[in-house]
Amino acid sequence: MVQGSQQAPPAGERHKAAATVTPADLRPAPPQPMTGAEAIVRSLEHAGVDTVFGIPGGAILPTYDPLMDSTKLRHILVRHEQGSGHAAEGYAYTSGKVGVCMATSGPGATNLVTALADANMDSVPVVAITGQVAAPLIGTDAFQEADIVGITLPVTKHNFLVTDADDIPRTIAQAFHIASTGRPGPVLVDVAKSAMQAQTTFTWPTELDLPGYHPVTKPHAKQVREAARLLATARRPVLYVGGGAVRSGAAPELRRLVDESGAPVVTTLMARGVLPDTHPQNLGMPGMHGTVPAVAALQKADLIVALGTRFDDRVTGKLSSFAPHAAVVHADIDPAEIGKNRRADVPIVGDLKEVIADLLPELAREHAQHGKPDLERWWKQIEDWRETFPLGYSDTEDGLLAPQHVISRIGEIAGPEAVYVAGVGQHQMWASQFIKHQRPGAWINSGGLGTMGFAVPAAMGAKVGDPDRVVWAIDGDGCFQMTNQELATATINEIPIKVAVINNSSLGMVRQWQTLFYESRYSNTDLHTGHGTVRIPDFVKLADAYGAVGIRVDSKAEVDAAIKRAMEIDDRPVVVDFTVSRDAMVWPMVAAGVSNDEIQYARGISPAWDRED
Amino acid sequence: MSRHTLSVLVENKPGVLTRVAGLFARRAFNIHSLAVGPTEHPDVSRITVVVDVDELPLEQVTKQLNKLINVIKIVELESEASVQRELLLVKVRADVSTRAHVLEVVQLFRAHVVDVVQDAVTVEATGSPAKLEALLAALEPFGVREIVQSGIVAIGRGSRSITDRAFERVVRSA
Repeated sequence: MVQGSQQAPPAGERHKAAATVTPADLRPAPPQPMTGAEAIVRSLEHAGVDTVFGIPGGAILPTYDPLMDSTKLRHILVRHEQGSGHAAEGYAYTSGKVGVCMATSGPGATNLVTALADANMDSVPVVAITGQVAAPLIGTDAFQEADIVGITLPVTKHNFLVTDADDIPRTIAQAFHIASTGRPGPVLVDVAKSAMQAQTTFTWPTELDLPGYHPVTKPHAKQVREAARLLATARRPVLYVGGGAVRSGAAPELRRLVDESGAPVVTTLMARGVLPDTHPQNLGMPGMHGTVPAVAALQKADLIVALGTRFDDRVTGKLSSFAPHAAVVHADIDPAEIGKNRRADVPIVGDLKEVIADLLPELAREHAQHGKPDLERWWKQIEDWRETFPLGYSDTEDGLLAPQHVISRIGEIAGPEAVYVAGVGQHQMWASQFIKHQRPGAWINSGGLGTMGFAVPAAMGAKVGDPDRVVWAIDGDGCFQMTNQELATATINEIPIKVAVINNSSLGMVRQWQTLFYESRYSNTDLHTGHGTVRIPDFVKLADAYGAVGIRVDSKAEVDAAIKRAMEIDDRPVVVDFTVSRDAMVWPMVAAGVSNDEIQYARGISPAWDRED
Repeated sequence: MSRHTLSVLVENKPGVLTRVAGLFARRAFNIHSLAVGPTEHPDVSRITVVVDVDELPLEQVTKQLNKLINVIKIVELESEASVQRELLLVKVRADVSTRAHVLEVVQLFRAHVVDVVQDAVTVEATGSPAKLEALLAALEPFGVREIVQSGIVAIGRGSRSITDRAFERVVRSA
């Protein structure tokens, strides 16, 4: 049976059900006797879960039995636990809910580690349920035993070991609360098999016992006023917006702040789309492969208003020379991010949606009292950078397809309503640069951890989370080979994602660094998948083997037709193997560890900063 | 680098010490000493941790500790505004000819002898790290055979309790 038949009712129907709640429904349900395994399934249902990505195995087996009977939970059987974790992430992005993955003890659980670390770095709300060996066996090196709570301790927001069946509902309720509130993140619940098999009584908790967990969402009014004062008087302000703005759902408020302040905006890799790329004040992405205007604006700014972002090394370059003239307003829901890398002159702890909502009237008041600041000179300088250093690329020297062209065309043909999911490497940077990102949450990638292999499973999860949208995975030939087994999951479960393999026959970003910093000595970066090679594996045949449609594109003339054909196929996954030039490089670039002032627009070409002075 | 004493109230749950200690290791903070014990509330334990850090990294330590779900409250105890003690047990060589001298030192430091055998005494002392260091220096010439020392525990001076409001919260949510 295809698992798709167990799909949850559409959102509309669920709302209708909620609207007809009677007082009787609101009374706490009487405790019901059941096994711990049944309590896990029931808890997930109570937590509002409709989809679980996972693989069964010995220690989690008791839970998979009642899972089969659940009419509310659709379980999607993945082919590798890492895939379940990334799928849960992709699902969380597009559904706005907590993504859920499930695995057995030992290797099942350790295979989740990469995805959990990924979710931790990018603040993605995920709950992982893992089976653990029976409580009496814990600590004996039992078959398939791994201390997954110990292993995932540094890469989760929190984790739990449950050995008593009575603790299951409370623990799972806490896990969902922790994962989805404050700064979101992954929470792992490890349940001993003996607890799943034990009898318990099920009661869904009405209150949570978390005495040490109180995320601050409401910003301090005095700090907000001070931020408004600085923003109203700055001559060279920049709004530096990060992924927190996406997580917080602050896009509408941000838009108003951008309009009210008149300040230029840079959107980090995690924030692409939170302000439309077509907005005239959006300078694009800052950082190592950011646009020259975005990087330069931060370097020359007298005020940086950092919103939901963490001054990551890929943004700041050499920290000591980052934005040397700027005062910093730093707003984030995580107090530990403020002042971690860069001292904040005005620290604001709070949920960005509330922070910006509070900031708006204060800023308007400042403007009403003192008039809007004159940013004309600042904009003139920025426009000059924009004109001189627009994002672009040159034709390839070997005559092969330019990867940037392929990615641009996917973005243009699929349009702003589609969801774009990238792997990690050159193709990721090009997808960030050359797709016009217009919607928050429509751009999904592995930013902090930089997990190769993220795209295919995350795209699959994204499609499940928002089935009506076209979902494109923009992947590399290296990344694709790390997780493409999930094409089987996608085909069998009727999850018609589209995968564009930007196939340059190599580990492209590593190769680019070898070109630039290792005298073109290409140590172990050749993958033999591309143009004029043995093509192992042949991605078109591979797609075919997985029941997906495989299309090969070798020339520019075929690009549009292939993308359009992929867009028309809606009953199975599509893999388009775009064989591109391996010599294309990502520009602009700030080399690792150097100052952002040394950004190269193209190889050997750096802006002359003092041109104007 | 300067030395700071942090009192960390944590939920009394398995694995909490690992979370705290792991955080210090992971974020490359140096622990000078660490002591854990129960408090007047059965659900709360108190960790006293002494760290060698500058002011800014200290703020990071505190913030990162606060992010741990099981950490309820953190207070830095300034040395002037708190009482800080550690416990020392030291086994000193002492035969008939030297025992009287050793006992004299023990009395001077208001320490106690807790075990005596023919050729050695075991001395128990509590006090500030400085006092215990001085005691050890005084005993050194007799021949120190074995030392065991606890981590520092510390409590603020005055009538106020750092646990008051933290406990209210625990009681309410329990």
